[in-house]
Order: sequence, then structure tokens, then C-alpha cells
Amino acid sequence: MFDTLTSRLSATFSSLRTRGKISKGDIESTCAEIRQALLESDVALEVVESFIDQISVKATAALETIQSGTSQANAVFEIVNASLIEILGGQTRRVRFSKNPPTVIMLAGLQGAGKTTLAGKLAKFYSDQGNTPLLVASDLQRPNAVTQLQVVGESIGIPVFAPEPGNGVGDPVKVALAGVAFAKAKLYNMVIVDTAGRLGVDADLMKQASDIRDAIKPDEILFVVDAMIGQDAVRTSQAFLNGVGFDGVVLTKLDGDARGGAALSIASLTERPIMFASTGEKLTDFDIFYPERMASRILGMGDVATLAESAKKAFDSQTSAKLEAKFESGEDFTLEDFLEQLSAMSKMGSISKLMGMLPGSGALKKQIDGFDEGEISRTTAIVQSMTPKERREPKILNGSRRARIALGAGRKVSDVNNLVDRFSAAQKMMKQLRNGAVPAGMSGMGLPPVKAPVKASKKKSKSGNPAKRALEESQ
Amino acid sequence: MGLFSTFIAKIKGENSFAPADWKELESELLASDIGPTLTRQLLETARKVKSENAQEALIETLTAHLCTKSRLPLINSEGTTVIMIVGVNGTGKTTSVAKLAAHIKKSGSSVIVAAGDTFRAAAVEQLQTWGKRIDVEVISGKANGDPASVAFDGVKKAKQEATDYLVIDTAGRLHNKSDLMHELEKVKRVVEKVSPVSEVLLTIDATTGQNGMAQAKIFSSAVNVTGIILTKLDGSARGGIALAIESELHIPIKWIGTGEKEGDFAPFDSEAYILGLIA
Repeated sequence: MFDTLTSRLSATFSSLRTRGKISKGDIESTCAEIRQALLESDVALEVVESFIDQISVKATAALETIQSGTSQANAVFEIVNASLIEILGGQTRRVRFSKNPPTVIMLAGLQGAGKTTLAGKLAKFYSDQGNTPLLVASDLQRPNAVTQLQVVGESIGIPVFAPEPGNGVGDPVKVALAGVAFAKAKLYNMVIVDTAGRLGVDADLMKQASDIRDAIKPDEILFVVDAMIGQDAVRTSQAFLNGVGFDGVVLTKLDGDARGGAALSIASLTERPIMFASTGEKLTDFDIFYPERMASRILGMGDVATLAESAKKAFDSQTSAKLEAKFESGEDFTLEDFLEQLSAMSKMGSISKLMGMLPGSGALKKQIDGFDEGEISRTTAIVQSMTPKERREPKILNGSRRARIALGAGRKVSDVNNLVDRFSAAQKMMKQLRNGAVPAGMSGMGLPPVKAPVKASKKKSKSGNPAKRALEESQ
Repeated sequence: MGLFSTFIAKIKGENSFAPADWKELESELLASDIGPTLTRQLLETARKVKSENAQEALIETLTAHLCTKSRLPLINSEGTTVIMIVGVNGTGKTTSVAKLAAHIKKSGSSVIVAAGDTFRAAAVEQLQTWGKRIDVEVISGKANGDPASVAFDGVKKAKQEATDYLVIDTAGRLHNKSDLMHELEKVKRVVEKVSPVSEVLLTIDATTGQNGMAQAKIFSSAVNVTGIILTKLDGSARGGIALAIESELHIPIKWIGTGEKEGDFAPFDSEAYILGLIA
């Protein structure tokens, strides 16, 4: 299979960690492996080279000051992590709101990068935060791009300014200008202008984009780029930078399996920050881009911060406070709590996506991608077929009770057995966790082929604390 | 560009090259998206040949990686030839469907298209607009309806009317979404109840990097891709990933897309492509 950057790098670092003492040669071979991994992930050669040089110099310097093998390996890992964050743009940058509304945002990019869908996602994102965006349909080129934007706008309840039918009819500059004037008159505080996709080499269309820019003087121009783009990212982003100019980058289709490469090249070569990332087909699959989190994901450390945030959104504060109190008091985690978590989890989104944010998930990639989302509802059905007493005391589940539950849930008795077994294993692990022991690695997760309940309860143990931590940090 | 020819000149003229030159050649090869593995092989070849025919040697090496399967369109001699167009979001499926239909029509055969992308907003309308433009009938269903049922209606109609060709558009999907890949398998299965699918064409965007390999692999194992349409070759990208796909997966590139107009579509010319890669 195609190796992702993440799994390649995890392998490199785990071999580095097994060394007793790290020599200069080890650094060199590690750098060579990172280089290969980056190239296979479409990072531009010049970016790769400067990245490798930087790491090699810093790591060699670090070797001299640290003696023991493991901490040397950790130091190298930290250096790579820091360099990745730096190359990804360092700090997260937000959209600058204009002092005189409306704030005008213009989108530009290649055909098929996902501009129109993104316009909708951006509008939804800001309208959820209390802004009043207006979408402007200035892509008059692609057949029915205007209709597409109208359908998108309607589905999220955002008005679309579309005076021209498109399909080659109308002047996109005039539409953009009229759209901004309309927003000003009607007191919208944000305008998002969708433009036609264009090639970097197409001088006419680049001119059109810069004409739109000159006419509406946007506060932010966002360059929308497909995360799967290859080495052409260099030329294309340069062409857009020179042709229209842009203030920030939006990465789309980041839910594919090509994470990382293009992001690294573009941020580093254009010195423009990646501001947003789009991660799915739904209009809510969109978020601010965090360089540290991306770096953690690339290095296989997971993205616990995002996981904690989505957990915070899904678990109402009462439920999580109750669970936390339970956890701390040493009371047993019951199937009732489990059921509550299952329903909260289905609110958080697809399990495979959540799992992908966990540390070490790189190694489980295949299982995660192949995860059967229906497993959640099947597991829920089994627990719901139990009596409250059974949920609190799974020990009383004898053969006839199990048979009844299986019948009620429409599953086999072996499924019920499986769930109960795995639940008690999870319960045991929770106890270990509480006693301060680190659970026997996330590797335990790899054991059974389908292991929703174990995963689920572990998720609680994972997300509970960071959520609290994130909450504390944010206060 | 022209960097490559500079190298050839250098290789011809001298017996030894500075390491910096090799770096530049490596960078140029990588920039075409053929990938690090193929690049390494080519560099090895380049290091061996230092003679007058260096250019031919490199072109030969590249050509050796092309797939040996026929690039001719597959047809169903006993009835309607059914062609399915599949691919990742934004690679140009709908546009390719329209261009292919226009191409078939021009060659004198009858064709209808089925708007199987019921997911993306206004994708059906996009194809209908194309249909009017190229004067080809478009079979469509409800928005967010079952794509398999649209495809089924299309193939039934094509069979009834004894149309020569049916081209089925499908919704864009990322290859790592297994449920969406299963949906695609279902579309094919349902169509095959009426008539065999002669050709499954995968659209690969020329700007795609090494991820294109994963796309080709997974789409192939789901619906048995018989050929590739390399789209957006009119930009600055050279589409080297397609060569890597041909080399590793033996799926032939059959068509190329070079623009937004219906005529910007042609059968793949391997010689021109190889020259373009190293231009």
C-alpha cells in the first residue's frame, strides 16, 4: 500500500528509539528516511532539502549535550516536531475583520480545488459565530457553478447574490462589485466571493482574477488548494501569488489519505499561513488550521486537542462532569455510562475520523479506514436490550439473560458475549488508569478485529482528561 | 523549462558532472510528479549513459515504464457500449463525460449520458447544460437520489433505443471512504444486470501528486478500472503520476483533457507525453 507520511515517520522514529546511543550516522540515516518519506508525500524538493538541513544541524548539536539514548531520540523527535510546526506557518492566523464592514473575502484557485463547496463551508462557519455572510457567485465560467452555489447557500440558509446565470454569460468583475455594494446596503457584515477556477498559466483568467481583486479590494484573498496536489503546488502557488496575490491558504480534501505534503510546500514557499482546512463532504466538515496539531498528526502523535474540542461539543457539561466525578471517586464505569457515551459519540461524527486523531493511530490506519460505522448502532442495540440492573451489574448476565438480550437486539449470543468480555476488559483498564498506571499502550487496541466497545471506553479515558485540560487552558 | 535539454547537452559534452548538476536533474524529474522511486531509477540510467544518445536512453527508460496494454477504446460488439467515469472529487469527471460524449458523437455513433452524480449540488444541472451544448440526451434522476437507479434507467433506455454508447457520470469520492466505494461497486453491479460495462475510466488530475497511485489502486480494486483520463494537462503540471500508475499498476492512459471546451480532449499520445514530462 501507499505509505503515508505518518506511518513512514513513525517507523523511522521507533527504530531510532531502540538505539542505545545515537551516533551521527543514525542522524544521517534518519534524515535520509525523512527525506524519502517527505518526497513520497509530494513535498517540494527545495522544501525537503532545507527542512532536512535544518534538522540535521540541530539534531547533531543536540546529540552533544544529551547523553542517554532515549532522551536523545526524544530530542530529535522534538526538533522534527518544532521544525514541522515552523514550516507549517507557526501560529494559527484568523481572518482579519474589516473595521468598516462588510469584511470581503475572495476565493481563488485551480479548477476542482473545491472553491464553491468551500465558500459554503466558510459562510456556515462564520454565520455559526454570529456573523451575517453573503455569498457572491462570480464563477460565471463553469457550467452551473452559480446553481451549485445557490443550492449550497439554500441548504445552510445563507443568501446568495447571483444576478447573472453564469455558463459563460455575465461579467464576474461587475457581479463581485455589485455583490459588495449590495452587502453594504443591506448591512451584511461579511462577503464571500466565489470565483472561477483557473490555471496558473492562463494569463487571461489570471488577469480577470486580479481585476476582481482591484475592483472589490478584498480584506482577505484565500488560495484554495487540493491537499492531493503534487509538485505542481510550487508553480501553481507561485503563479497565484504573483498573479492575484493571496493572504492565506485553505487546504481542501484533507480527509483523503494524502495529508501533509502540499501543506508543507505551500506554506513554506509562499510564506503565507494555512488558515483553514476542509475535511469532509458535509458543510460542517471545516475548521481553522492549527500548525501544531497538524505537525502532531504528521508525526503520529494524534490530535488530541481537536478530539477534545469535538468531545466538548458533543458531551454536555453535565454528563462529562458526572463521568469525571465517577472516574475520580473510583466508582465502576457501567454499561449505562457506556450507552451515554455511545450516543454522545455518534454526535461527534464518524468514528474513523475520531480514531484518526488518536496518538498512534497511524499504525491502525487500515482498521480505522475499514471501520464499520454501523457497529455503534449494533452495540447500542445490545446495551439497550439489557435491563437497567444488567447494565449496572454485568456480572449477573447468565446464559438465559444473554440469550434474551441477543434476541432483543437482533444479534447473536456471541456478539453479546463479545461485548461483555470487552467491556470488562475496558473496565479493568479504567481501574489501572485511575491508579496512575499507563495502560498497556494503545497497542492493545490492535487485538480484536472489531473492537468498538473497547475503543469507545478508551476514548473516554483519553478524551476525558484532555477535554478538562483544554477547558482549563482556555479559561 | 528546457532544463532537461541543458542536461542532455552537459551529458553529451563532459565525462564528469558536478554533484549540483545531478541534484538539479533530480529536482527536475521529481517536479514532474513521477515520484521518488522512478526518479531514482532514471538517475541511475542517466549516470550510466554518457554518450551521444543520452537523450534517447532516458526517453527509452521512460517509455519502458509505459503500460503495454492496448490504449484503444473497449467496445461491446453485441450492443450498447457502457462506459463509467469514476474518480476523486474535482478531478473533472463531469466535464470528461461531456467531452467523451461529444467525441463519440463526432465520430458518428449515437450516445446518451446518465447523470449519476446525484450528490454534489447542481452536478446534474452542470451535465444538462453540457448536454444542450453538445446536443446529447441526458438521463437524470432526483437530487440526492440513488445513483444506481439513475444508471439503471440510463442503461435500460440505451438498450431499448439501441444506442451505440452510454456514458455514466458518477459522484466524486475520496478513495479512502469505503462506504462510498461500495456505493460505486453497487452502481456497476446494477448496470451489469442489464448490459456489461465495457469500460471504466478513472479521471486523474494532472496536478495530483503521489496520492494518485492510491487513487488508482483502490478504484481499480473496487470497479476494475480499464483506463485513465488524464485531465487538466493544459496547466503547468505535467501529470507524471500517470506514468507511475502505468508502470506500477498497468492501467493504460486512454484520453487526455486539455481545457474547458468540448474539443479539448484527445486520445493519449505516449510519445508527446514522454517528451512533455522531460521538456
